[in-house]
Amino acid sequence: MSAYEISIISIIGINVILAVSLNMISGFCGQISIGHGAFFGTGAYAAALTMVGTGSVPLAILAALVTGSLLGLAVGFASLRVRTDFLAVTTIGVNFLFVGFVRKQAWLGGEMGISGIPATGFGPVGNMTMILLFAAATIALSLYISRSWMGFAFRAVGEDEGTAATLGINAGAYKLAAFGIGTALAGLAGCLYTFFTQFIAADAFDFIFSVMLMAMVVIGGIGSTWGVAVAAVGLTLLPEAIRFVNDYRLLVFGGLLVLVIRLAPSGLAGLVQKAFLAVRRS
Amino acid sequence: MSAALQLDDVAIRFGGVQAVGGVSFSVEEGDFVGLIGPNGAGKTTLIKIIAGLLRPDKGRVQLSGVEVTADGTAARVRQGLALTHQIVRPFREMTVLDNVTLGAGYRHTSSPFRALMHLDRRRESERAAEIIAQVGLAGTERKLAGSLPLGQMKRLEVARALAVEPRVILLDEPLAGLNHTEASKQVEAIAAVHARGITVVLVEHNLEEVMRICRRLIVLNNGLVIGDGEPREVMADPVVHEAYIGGGMASHAEA
Repeated sequence: MSAYEISIISIIGINVILAVSLNMISGFCGQISIGHGAFFGTGAYAAALTMVGTGSVPLAILAALVTGSLLGLAVGFASLRVRTDFLAVTTIGVNFLFVGFVRKQAWLGGEMGISGIPATGFGPVGNMTMILLFAAATIALSLYISRSWMGFAFRAVGEDEGTAATLGINAGAYKLAAFGIGTALAGLAGCLYTFFTQFIAADAFDFIFSVMLMAMVVIGGIGSTWGVAVAAVGLTLLPEAIRFVNDYRLLVFGGLLVLVIRLAPSGLAGLVQKAFLAVRRS
Repeated sequence: MSAALQLDDVAIRFGGVQAVGGVSFSVEEGDFVGLIGPNGAGKTTLIKIIAGLLRPDKGRVQLSGVEVTADGTAARVRQGLALTHQIVRPFREMTVLDNVTLGAGYRHTSSPFRALMHLDRRRESERAAEIIAQVGLAGTERKLAGSLPLGQMKRLEVARALAVEPRVILLDEPLAGLNHTEASKQVEAIAAVHARGITVVLVEHNLEEVMRICRRLIVLNNGLVIGDGEPREVMADPVVHEAYIGGGMASHAEA
């Protein structure tokens, strides 16, 4: 396998974790977050500092999970106060704050980022395998949650918090849980990204990247684990496969987003379901 | 034994308006109480206070002897209260069965962690199907709740309320907007709820039905209780009569 293929597969695995974890927050629980890049970045920086300090892979993973979810819980508390579009704007703000903050911190490498991060020692193929295993585990967790009573309650909270309360469901606790789990996984993705590149800078975690993740969720089908995972793979490969898409990445993704929202609001998952029903009927 | 629902000197003010001004009453277990009053009497405000949607400025709310004044709606539901909204609010994107099943699984959803640990829904959906049949909605289980006509949606509200196994059920205008046939079906569903030993508190404009089905009436006017007792006696009270019909010279101070 070429180094190029290994790196593409690694990036795909990381993007799958990010999109599927964002889908838990925005798809399952209905809390719009357009700042997922901030949690991704938090995990990446926590892992980088841990690796530079200790060189321990398990510690770096733990640090990324914990810091990602701590920042996520802080934003989750905001979601108890602000809703829908206001929450979206708040999460955008968090993303800009994160990038702005990191750029000015000498101990985080400032504009230059952190380089020379110690390797995991697993080699490129080992790293790629680890990334794919974590991506598979994330998909499995997501499928489990959506089938569990937690996923059931998430759907209720996402649809109507007031009605959920009349069934004894504490919407606040569930929103915090969604943010806590989703952002811990974003932190994990950040850690894997750090292992993969051994160099990080704030630009990789900016608002545009968060919008791309949201595009993966919407195009895949909000709330559908498989749809979102497939969209994450497809939208990561597309710019690699087609030169034009790479040059006009934002234009193409933005256009796709508009088309999906206008023509197929339930995304790829909805289209597949429709096709399946049509085939069964005929 | 403590009362199923007890209010002590509950009051709330919005700006310059004293919406509820020191209301006290208790509802015994198994009772069937109608809470009535003319428009602007403070019924809706009082309902919101009982449901945990508004915090009173003073006073206490107790459910089966447990103070819940500071608790939100979800915590009160776990304390044995169930409520239906005046304007129906089912989960429109879920099936009728899922709407009720989610309530029937209230023990699993008490915390996100507990909810994560449970997968199986069979027992809850079976119980939900029974409740759906009891309120006369059998056959609609697979339909999306948002696609039901109003009369059925209102019965779905009752079904959802029953699913959480309440001791007290608070029904906010369950008959509003229903035609005669739908209303009588709804009244049947409510009577069946009471027959199961559940305490019912009913807020309703339809006085005729209220007089027919309630065992006790509490009349509110200007945020105060002006009548409380057996329906016919209460409605015969000149103070209550005047508050409803209006225009008379009688003063509320006489009460």
